Amino acid sequence: MDSNTVVKEFNYTAKDFASDQDVRWCPGCGDYSILAQVQRSFPEIINKPKENIVWVSGIGCSSRFPYYMNTYGFHGIHGRATAIATGVKIANPNLDVWVATGDGDLLSIGGNHFIHTCRKNVDLKIILFNNRIYGLTKGQYSPTSLKGQVTKTTPYGSVDYPFNPPKLALGAEATFIARSIDRNAKHLQEMIKRAGLHKGTAFLEVFQNCNIFNDGAFDLLTDKETKDDHVIELKHGEPLIFGKNKDKGIRLEGFNPVIVDLTNGHFSINDLWIHDEFDPSPARASIIMSFDEKEGFPTPIGVFRQIFKETCDEGITRQISEVKKKKGEGDLKKVLYSGNTWEVK
Amino acid sequence: MENDKEKDLLELKEVTIRFAGDSGDGMQLTGSQFSENTAWVGNDLNTLPDYPAEIRAPAGTIYGVSGFQLHFSSDDIYTPGDQPDVLVAMNPAALKKNLPELKPGGMIIVNSDAFDAKNLSLANYATNPLEDDSLSGYQVFKVPITSMTTRALEGIKLTPKEVARTKNFFALGLMYWLFNRPLDTTLNWIDQKFAKKPEYVEANKKALKAGYDFGDITEIFTSRFAVNPAKLPAGVYRNISGNEATALGFLAASVKSGLPLFLGSYPITPASEILQYLSEYKHFGVKTFQAEDEIAGITTAIGASFAGNLAITNTSGPGLSLKTEALGLAIMTELPLVVIDVQRGGPSTGLPTKTEQADLLQAVFGRNGEAPLCVVAAKTPSHCFDMALESARIALKYMTPVILLTDGYIANGSEPWKLPNVDEIPEIPVKFVTEREGYYPYARNENLARPWAIPGTPNLEHRIGGLEKSNIYGNVSYDPENHHEMIKIRKQKIQNIQNDIPDLEIEGDIDADLLVAGWGGTYGAIKEAVTKARNGGLKVAQIHFNYLCPFPKNTGEVLSRYKKIMVPEINLGQLAYMLRSEFLIEVIQYNLVRGLPLRVSGILDKILEIAGGNNG
Repeated sequence: MDSNTVVKEFNYTAKDFASDQDVRWCPGCGDYSILAQVQRSFPEIINKPKENIVWVSGIGCSSRFPYYMNTYGFHGIHGRATAIATGVKIANPNLDVWVATGDGDLLSIGGNHFIHTCRKNVDLKIILFNNRIYGLTKGQYSPTSLKGQVTKTTPYGSVDYPFNPPKLALGAEATFIARSIDRNAKHLQEMIKRAGLHKGTAFLEVFQNCNIFNDGAFDLLTDKETKDDHVIELKHGEPLIFGKNKDKGIRLEGFNPVIVDLTNGHFSINDLWIHDEFDPSPARASIIMSFDEKEGFPTPIGVFRQIFKETCDEGITRQISEVKKKKGEGDLKKVLYSGNTWEVK
Repeated sequence: MENDKEKDLLELKEVTIRFAGDSGDGMQLTGSQFSENTAWVGNDLNTLPDYPAEIRAPAGTIYGVSGFQLHFSSDDIYTPGDQPDVLVAMNPAALKKNLPELKPGGMIIVNSDAFDAKNLSLANYATNPLEDDSLSGYQVFKVPITSMTTRALEGIKLTPKEVARTKNFFALGLMYWLFNRPLDTTLNWIDQKFAKKPEYVEANKKALKAGYDFGDITEIFTSRFAVNPAKLPAGVYRNISGNEATALGFLAASVKSGLPLFLGSYPITPASEILQYLSEYKHFGVKTFQAEDEIAGITTAIGASFAGNLAITNTSGPGLSLKTEALGLAIMTELPLVVIDVQRGGPSTGLPTKTEQADLLQAVFGRNGEAPLCVVAAKTPSHCFDMALESARIALKYMTPVILLTDGYIANGSEPWKLPNVDEIPEIPVKFVTEREGYYPYARNENLARPWAIPGTPNLEHRIGGLEKSNIYGNVSYDPENHHEMIKIRKQKIQNIQNDIPDLEIEGDIDADLLVAGWGGTYGAIKEAVTKARNGGLKVAQIHFNYLCPFPKNTGEVLSRYKKIMVPEINLGQLAYMLRSEFLIEVIQYNLVRGLPLRVSGILDKILEIAGGNNG
């Protein structure tokens, strides 16, 4: 897509985006990687003076993010990052507004703001740092913690089912939905760029390891030995293939995805599901997002879906100019002196 | 029918009318049309819409009765009137509910068609009050409004239901006749309102004129009444409600500050109209954002303020509770923001459509931590315009959230408003910082306000948020001394507003022993009660607080002059509490929390009780 390529006018380096504040996440935290990949990918996508970038966050470990970016930043209150960011964007549509948030911040206390931000297609780039745990409050279970997960508040295992964040975003009509993993630097950079270039609500879930309270939550997806069999990287226009030797594929039979062996001669690449990021129907994206709920299926990463429609701020700006055209610039005296007035002499 | 008798025209100084009917009968519309007309003919007026929270409660029931009271005069008036002189009752339930309030000997105009067995039973009447002698103490006029309207509309292609819906215009027409009014304002309104439905235009106009003609022709009414124009100060006037005045005040603040107006809002009774009005003014660049909830209403506004808009959010009590945490954020980030709280009956959902003054302490104190902000209040519908401008001025100058308290009564009620000269409304100076030299996010000016550097400004990138910041530099700080220092600075900054607001003005007898001190929407009732007491020979002084945090500078001095201080409020003594604790004085409370404006007579009785014996 044209909107996903950029002609550069501003030449920033990663360093330009680093603030003078000491980074205070726990050593080994996945957040460091996300910060590094954001700072590394920004020079390639930021095509305006950097004073037009704003980072907004809520509360949680991830929400310290704005302090470490040398851009305008707003560290909000728990759950409200997307709402604060919406106000920033509407007030000044020239700004690029990014949101750093966590699974508790965005999906628990901030769930309402999140779904309505998606519904309204507010032009925000939302990065969800999903570590499946409450880190800053020291280890309680979160809305993405797995059923059965043992945490400080679920000593006998969680009885709750987790949210599947991309599915939530899809149901709420987010126009860009993607997923990446903290330890896959190259892929993460690619996804940050794609999100940054999207016009509309861009939702990027990043699996992020909390090495203190939920260490190893994503080991299967990051360890050299296991990752190829447990992760499938989505690429537009390409067949769904995974496995160490690229020997497994996924076909769509009716509504059911089926894993097929590409080595036994029954199926070839030509029989596989071709990923279409721009499919106007959300149905296939929803099936892909559900892969990891099925036994034996890999966890998908990459861009699930990207569609384009008028954003919230575009709609507001359009309406203002339409009404101005119709009624002329606002005239305070005319408005005050309208209606049934009378004069007392 | 013959009409050979010229009917008398009796001149009256003032009249209070109450229109009452089912919540689907259009009583609010009838009342507001009569108000517009009253204003237009030049009377002073004051109104009290009083309606149930249910949009269409079951027809004929007492709890479904909707009322609109209107007080108009050839003299200055300040209240909607304690007791109506005239009651227009569209059904038995409306009569039953409102009769106890009617003045003895008052006039009752009923839709006699509605007094059938079913409606009588719904209103718990064992016998028809129009036929027994229970109304013998009043002048009762039985008018078959439904059937006369139906007859008048014969030949117009409307369903019987649609025909029945126009009967309020018949009643309105009859009242126009009774009070010797021209029909123009309502005829014009009908033309505009139903421009796309010519059959509705015809039907409503016909019903209105039929009501008027009925008054002229019928033998029932032997006289009609006239209230001469009031002697208001020279100027151009319009009738205005508090909510509309509030909306216009912020529109004016946007124009005068040169900042785009952003309203983040979630609909809530009785504040939603402010959102509705402001959403009309897109040609002023106004951005209204109907948020997913109250919290998003205020947090989007905080984001917009960070980005350099004049940001406001409006709500009522329960919504203010929800916005509480975000108010703390606005205090900590020291961003300009106005929260309009149109107070209603509480706690919880309380009385959504009724008025109250019980959010004062919540506004002043209701947050975690030491969280000072500025609180101001409007005292009449048109005063909402002034206080909206004033709250925006203070927020922008001091980089602070301001809570503007109005209430359901002044928000929905209306009065004539002498329109301001737009050129004479002072500019609100705003200066965004653009210079790198000497810029720190929490540097302070002489008022202790911090600089406003908005995103998009080169080289001033900075981060703010809810964590405690180091003074001047604005980095996150856990230093104990710094925290104590910042706590004091935030408090002092709000205190500094005292240097920038008018002193209390004493009305009435400055040298009285008794001072009556009020705030907010009770101004009119207190003013009228004090005036009556003084006309009766008592010496009484009055002050009214438009600024509640901080109080005006001369507050302590003024309070110290009086032997007795009476504080009437529609709560259990919240201003009284603040005056006692801040000035260590005793005050006499007068509290009535009925969901209704205070009555003049109640305040007057209390004044007489306090001052009658020794102050005459």
